[in-house]
Amino acid sequence: MKVFMLGWEFPPFISGGLGTACYGLTKAMSNLGAEIVFVLPTMLEGEFASHVELLSPAQASRMSADGFGLPGLKNVMFRTVSSPLQAYSSPETYHHRVEQSTKQKQAGSRRNIVELTAGPMYYAGDIFAEVYRYADEVARMATNECFEVIHAHDWMTFPAAIAVKQTSDKPLIVQIHSTEFDRSGEHVNQGIYDIEREGMHAADKVIAVSHLTKQIILSRYGVPAEKIDVVYNGVDQNGNGQLRSWETGISKDEKIVLFLGRVTMQKGPDYFLAAAKRVLEVIDNVKFVIAGTGDMVHRIIEMAAGLGIGHKVLFTGFLRGEDVEKVFRMADLYVMPSVSEPFGIAPLEALNHDVPVIISKQSGVAEVLKHVLKVDFWDVDEIANKIIAVLKYRPLHMTLREQGNFEVRKLRWEDAARRCVEIYNETLIPV
Amino acid sequence: MPSVCFYFQVHQPFRLRHYTVFDDSYRYFDEKKNAFICRKVANKCYLPANRLLLKTINQYGGKFRISYSITGVMLEQIHEYAPEVMSTFDALAQTGCVEFLAETYYHSLSFLYSRNEFIEQVNKHIETIQQFFGQRPRVFRNTELIYNNELAYTIEQMGIFDAILSEGADHILGGRSPNFVYRPVNTEKIKLLLKNYSLSDDIAFRFSNRNWSEWPLTADKFARWISRYNGNGQVVNLFMDYETLGEHQWEDTGIFDFIRHLPGEILKHPDNDFKTPSEVIAAYEPVDTVDVPHIVSWADIERDLSAWLGNAMQSNAIHELYRLENRVKQSCDSNIVDDWRKLQISDHFYYMCTKYFADGDVHKYFNPYDSPYESYINFMNVLNNLDNRCAHATGRPALSDPDGQVAGELQTAN
Repeated sequence: MKVFMLGWEFPPFISGGLGTACYGLTKAMSNLGAEIVFVLPTMLEGEFASHVELLSPAQASRMSADGFGLPGLKNVMFRTVSSPLQAYSSPETYHHRVEQSTKQKQAGSRRNIVELTAGPMYYAGDIFAEVYRYADEVARMATNECFEVIHAHDWMTFPAAIAVKQTSDKPLIVQIHSTEFDRSGEHVNQGIYDIEREGMHAADKVIAVSHLTKQIILSRYGVPAEKIDVVYNGVDQNGNGQLRSWETGISKDEKIVLFLGRVTMQKGPDYFLAAAKRVLEVIDNVKFVIAGTGDMVHRIIEMAAGLGIGHKVLFTGFLRGEDVEKVFRMADLYVMPSVSEPFGIAPLEALNHDVPVIISKQSGVAEVLKHVLKVDFWDVDEIANKIIAVLKYRPLHMTLREQGNFEVRKLRWEDAARRCVEIYNETLIPV
Repeated sequence: MPSVCFYFQVHQPFRLRHYTVFDDSYRYFDEKKNAFICRKVANKCYLPANRLLLKTINQYGGKFRISYSITGVMLEQIHEYAPEVMSTFDALAQTGCVEFLAETYYHSLSFLYSRNEFIEQVNKHIETIQQFFGQRPRVFRNTELIYNNELAYTIEQMGIFDAILSEGADHILGGRSPNFVYRPVNTEKIKLLLKNYSLSDDIAFRFSNRNWSEWPLTADKFARWISRYNGNGQVVNLFMDYETLGEHQWEDTGIFDFIRHLPGEILKHPDNDFKTPSEVIAAYEPVDTVDVPHIVSWADIERDLSAWLGNAMQSNAIHELYRLENRVKQSCDSNIVDDWRKLQISDHFYYMCTKYFADGDVHKYFNPYDSPYESYINFMNVLNNLDNRCAHATGRPALSDPDGQVAGELQTAN
C-alpha cells in the first residue's frame, strides 16, 4: 500500500495532539509495511531537516534532494513544502507568525519559534490564500509521486488533498482530528468551515477520531453516515519508565494537579482554575500546574491572581519531549476539563505514565476509557470533589493508576493503523 | 424424594445520594431514587410474583411450599414505598406454607468485621420478621450466602438456629452432591443446606438465554431433571434472588408461566414434594460433614468475596466504616447508629467492584453509579461526614483529617 499523506506537524515540532497522532499512526503503518510519502509545510527551507539533525545527529537521516527519512520510520519519506502554515492556525495567528518570521529573518536568526498562540478568530484573508497556494505546490509535487490513496489530516490540508485527488484520480481519505466547532464553539470561522465541509464531501471516506466527532460530522457537515468510520487514536508505549529522577523543585509533601494542553477556550483552563479554587478551600498542600500555552494564558494568569490562588498555580509554558515526561512524573493527577475534545491523546499519555486522570465527558477519549474519572467540564464543584478524593484517598489513586495503566495498553497505534489500511482497501474496491 | 426447597432472596439497598466533599447535610440517602426503584421492582416482580405464588399455594392445598429471606432494609422500604407488597407477603405468611429466614437486618458483611455488630443485626432481623409475619426464624442465611466453618460455629453458639444455607460450591463438596443435608465440621446440632447452583442458575440466569442448548426451559423438562435425583438425593435446593421472577427474567420470557406450571409437573411424580428449609432438616439427617475453612459465597464465578472486597478501595472503605463502630455507638444517637448501619449494606461495596466493570455486567443491576470510582468517592464523603457527626456528638476529634491536610498515609488499604 502506497499512501500520499498530508499532515501539518510532526515531532519534534508539535503544538498539540495532531503531531503526536500523525507520528503514532505513520510509524505503525510503516511497521505494517505501508509506504508513505508524508508532506509537511515548513516555515523556512531546510528548517525541519535541521531539527531532525538535532534529534539524531549520528544517524544522519536518509537525506536526498527531494525529501528525507527518519530513523524508526523505514517506509516513510518526508517531503516539505515551504509555507508558514502550521497546525492550530487561525487567520490571526497566521498573520502574526508571518510578521514574527520576517522580524527574525531581519535579526539574522535561523531559529524558528514553534510555540503557538491561537488568537481570536476573525477573517484575515491571507491564510486562505496561502492554503490554496500550498495546494497548488503540493499538487505539482504529487505528479512525480507514485501512490494508491491520499490521506489528509485536518482542514488546512484539504484543498491540497482535493487538488491531488483531481490530478491523480486516486481515492481520498480525510481524517478529522478536530472540527471548527470544537476549536471555536459556536463562533465558527465560515472560511474554515467551508474548507472542512468541502474536504469531507470530496473524500471517499471520512475517518473520525471518535463517535463524538462522527456526530458533529453528521449533524454539522451533512456527511452521510456510511462514509464515516471511527478510528480511535492509540498511545506509544515505549520510551518512559526508566528515568526516575526527581528534579521537581516542588516539595514532596505537596500534591501536584496537572493541566496539560493548549491554553485555549476549547481546553477549559478556566474551569481548571475555578476547580482549583474550590479544592484549596478544603485542602492546602497542593499545587496546580498549567503546562501549555495559548491565547488565554494572560487571562488565566490574571484569573488565578483574582481568585487569590496565584501562589498555588504554576505556569510552565509549552513543554515537549523530556519536559513532558518530567511533568507527568511529578504529577499526582491529570485533569482535562475540555469544553470540546474530539479525542484527547494526553490522558492516554498520563495513564501511560501512571498518572490517574479526570477527563471531560465532552471528549472522544471518554468513549474508550473506563478506568478514569469523568466530569462535565462546567461542573466545577464535581471536578473539585473528584480532585480532592484522588489526592486524599490513596486506595482510589492506586486503583485508578493500576487499572488505568492496564486499560491504556489496549489502545495501540497498530490497531488504528490496521483499521486505516482496511479503510484504504475499501476505497480501492471497484464499485 | 427428592424434596424441592425454594428460597428467594428479597433485598434492595438504600442507595446513597450524590454527596460531594462540599456537602454537610445529614441526609445521605436518595429517597426519590430508592422509592422509584422499589415501586418499579414491586410492579414488575414483588407484586405479580407474590400474587402468583399465593394463588399457586392455595391451588395445591399446602403441597407447594417456599421460603423467603427479606432484609430489614427491604422491609423498611416496602413499608414506606410499596405497602401493598407488605400485605401480599403477609397473606403468604398466613398460608402456613411459607417460611421466613433470618439474616443480618442490613444485608451486611458484619460477620467479617464485627461479631457483636453481626449478632445485633441478626437479632434485630428476627424481631422484625416476628413483628411483621408472626414467625420466629429458625434457619439462617448470611449475606450473599457468605459462609465458612466459623460462621457455622457462631450461629450454633447463638442457640436459636437449626440450620444454615450456603452455596453448594464444587470445591467445598469435593465431588459430593449438594442434594443432601450436611453438617458443618465442629458443630453438633446445626445442619447445612447447600444450593444446587446448576439447577438454580438454570432458572435464575439461563432461563431466557436463547443461546443455551436447553432453551426454552419448560416446567415439565425441569421437573424431569429434578426427578432424576430420585433415589440419589434428599433435597434439591433452589436458591435465587426473588427479582429473578419478572425483573432479571422479564415477564415476556415466560418465567411466570414456568413457575405457575412447575408445582404440577414436579408433583406428578409421587415421590417428589416441596419442603421449606425447616421441614427439610426435620425430615433428613446429615449424611456427612462439610469443612469450609475459607469463605465461600454465591457471587460471580469466583464464589468468593472478591465482588465486595476485591480491590483496595473496597477494602479501605469497609475498614474505615468498621473503625467507626465504637465512636458511633458511644454517640448514643440513634440516627447516627442507623445511618452507620445503612452504610454497611453490602451493595455499597459491590458498586465499587472493578472486576467486571469494563465488561459492564450483572454488577450494573440498579447500580446508581457510572463507575466504581464514583461510588467509592461518594461513600467516603458520606463516611467523612458521619465521622464528623460522631466527633460532634462525643466531643472527640474526628478520625479522619481534622485539619484539612491530605491524609494519604492514614488511608492506606488494609
